[in-house]
Order: sequence, then structure tokens, then C-alpha cells
Amino acid sequence: MSVDVLFDSLFLVPFLNGLLLAILLSMFGTYSRMRSEWLASLGVAQAAAAGLLLGAFVGGASTLGALSAAIAAAVAKTFLGRRSGNDAYAVMLLVGWSAALLLAANTARGEDLSRALLQGQLFFSGPSQLIGIAVLVPTALGLMWWLSPRLLLDRLLPDRLTGNGKPAIRHDLTFDVLLATTLALAATAVGVMAAFALVFIPAWVAFRFAGSWRAALTWSVGLGMVAYIASFALAILFDQPYGPVLVAALLVVGTSRSIARK
Amino acid sequence: MTSTLPLLVFDGVVAGYGKEVVGPVSFSVFPGETVGLTGPNGSGKTTLANTVLGTARVFKGEMRRAEGLTVAVQRQHPVRLSEIPLTGRELVRLAGADQQPLPASIRPFVDRRVDRLSGGQFQLLQVWATLGAPVGLVILDEPTSNMDPHSKESLEEILRASHELVGGVLVISHDHEFLDHVTSRTVRIDQ
Repeated sequence: MSVDVLFDSLFLVPFLNGLLLAILLSMFGTYSRMRSEWLASLGVAQAAAAGLLLGAFVGGASTLGALSAAIAAAVAKTFLGRRSGNDAYAVMLLVGWSAALLLAANTARGEDLSRALLQGQLFFSGPSQLIGIAVLVPTALGLMWWLSPRLLLDRLLPDRLTGNGKPAIRHDLTFDVLLATTLALAATAVGVMAAFALVFIPAWVAFRFAGSWRAALTWSVGLGMVAYIASFALAILFDQPYGPVLVAALLVVGTSRSIARK
Repeated sequence: MTSTLPLLVFDGVVAGYGKEVVGPVSFSVFPGETVGLTGPNGSGKTTLANTVLGTARVFKGEMRRAEGLTVAVQRQHPVRLSEIPLTGRELVRLAGADQQPLPASIRPFVDRRVDRLSGGQFQLLQVWATLGAPVGLVILDEPTSNMDPHSKESLEEILRASHELVGGVLVISHDHEFLDHVTSRTVRIDQ
């Protein structure tokens, strides 16, 4: 296929949809890793997948179903994860996976939707998704301005908040809902596993190499963008499903962590 | 010089978690004071600090914080993540301790990642992040743990230098010599 196809206006909206989601997810990944909660994002993404299938099953409101399920999982995570940590996240992941596959097996369009969630349907995303994402981006960046010091303080100097009557639940919940909303939109666009990989891998690499928190955010977002753009081009040029190509590109980025010395 | 209104009062406090661990204990911390709290291992020193934070229960007596008092605590076992790309300077800024000039003993490593500091360096940084914070009362719980003699000297210097920065300091330690050097008086609790 000719390289010219990459610049076809047909792909502009899907490209922007995915790019904005990749930026947000790789930024959220640094906070998720700092909180030792990266596994929770796979559980939330899987819950979004189950919600999407349930939404389609009950009346075609698949995006609403994905968002509702992801936010419900995030709220459950906020409260259960405080006590049970990774155990709660693993249970959430298994519940989501089981529900998604059972719904897929027993609904009319289930198999197609299930495959879409595995492979990603970025090239079919359109202006309506872009409007939603365009609202999400400034909202998320504005909230992170407020959340960032609180999330770091809560993790590194927790007594500073709780010892002065400032409960952590408010910013915990805000971050979890923000991440869940982004994961729900990303799971429907790039696929469940690719959405999770955008949270996990760029931050995983950034934590090894970055010299400061600000640098970690830059590394993480930069790596997420590079992997996203490379995989977008490769998936089009070689006519491959987008999600697996993105995960493969991120894995290539991830190998730098293990081959480089600390 | 101390004002007449205490920042913190323990009045016959018997404290613990599921059951009573320590007490009865009575003492106060006034503005400008650095008070030591000592006792054998397991005597409940940290439990008393936890009553101030609301994470331990007062069974009998009364623990009173001055109205509007803000507190910063340096834990005996502070959170230390095995991998975190955060510099010492970023930690100090996060704690609100960046408004004060950095102590000379911290400057050499303040721009390194906190996960790549030695135990003693990390402890010094934590103490400064607590002492330099804009709060009314600072509680240091076993601040000399992980410290070699040189770091301990630096810690004593930091504590003496910070005397005018914070309202009051409560230092929990089983190191009597250290307490003699940095506190104005010491309260002893027995098991």
C-alpha cells in the first residue's frame, strides 16, 4: 500500500481520537504506577468491555454502557482497593472478562462487538467520538492540575492529609473516575488490551529512566505518542488490526527498560 | 520562650487500637518547644503519636490539639517506594518545605531521585520535608533510625536550625543522647 494513504483525510479524525486518548492514558499511567494500581486499569477496561456488550444487548447504548460499567468499577475499586489492593483488582478483571464473554456468546451482535473490543476499531471512530474526547481532554488536564500534588502527597506523605482532617477519598475517587472514563472511551476505540498497554508500558519505561517526576510525565507521554503514531501508520500500511499493532509497538518500547542499565 | 496556650495536651491518656497499649500519660507541647518522648521498645510511643493523627484510639483521659493546629509527621517507617522518579527537591516542594533555605547537609543530594538515596540521606530528606513544612506542630518518630554518626550530627544541626521555623516539635526516640542534644525537656513513658 502507498504511503500516501497515511495522509488521506479519511484517517484524520480516527488519528486525532487515538492520539488524544494515548496522551491521556500514558499520563494517567505515571500516577497509576506511582499508586501501585496499574493492574486496576486492566480491570476497569475489562469492565468497560462488559458494559459495552450489556449496553448493546439492552438497547444499543453501547458507549453509555461502557462508561457506566467503567465508572461503577472505578468506584468499587476506590473503596475495595484501599483494603484489598491487587486482590480486588484481579477479581474485578475476572468478573469483567467472564461477563463480557458470556454476553458476547449470548447476544446477536456479541461476537462482532467482542472481536472489536479485542482488536480495536479506531479506524471506524468518527466526529462524535472526537467531540467527546475533545471535552474530556481539557477537563482531565484541568483536574490533574489540582489532583497531581494531592495524589503524590497521599502516596508519599499520607499523614499530611489524613492527620489534618483532609480525607483522601475525594481525590482518589476523582482520579479513578477520570481514568475510568478515558479507559472506557479508549477500550471502544483501540481495544481493551491496547488501552491497558498505554497505561502500563510508557510509565513502566519512564520510571526507569526519568530523573524527576516532571521528566517521567514527559517520557511517558512522549513514548505513548511515539508508539501510537508508529502503530497507526503500520496498521494502515500493512492492513492490520490496530489494537495488536499498538500493543506490539508498546512492547518494543518496553524492551528498552530491560536492556538498558539503571 | 513559650506561650501559655499549649499546642498539644495529653491529659491522663490511655491509648491503643483494639485494646489499651499505653498510659496513662500526661504532658504538653508549647509553641517554641522541642519535647522528647522516650521509653523502651514497645512502650507505646508511636501509639501516642497516632492518637494525634486519629489513627489510634484514646480509651481514657483526653488528647487535645490547639484549635486549627496543623501537624506534619515523619514516620518511623516512612513510605519508600522501590522505584519512583521523584527528586528530593520535588519531595520537599510537595511537602511545602521549599519556602525555607535548604540545610547544607541536604543540598548535595537534593536533586537526585529519592529511590537512589542511601537510607541515611533519605531519612534526612524526610526530616527536612517535615520540619520545613508550614505547620504548627511537627512529630518526628525515631528520626535517627538508618543514620550513621555523621548523618546524626547533620540531623541535630537541622533540628537546631529549624527551631524558629515551626510552632513546636515532638521527638520520639529511644536515643537518650540524641534527645539530650536537641530537646528542651524529655517525657519518659514506661511499659
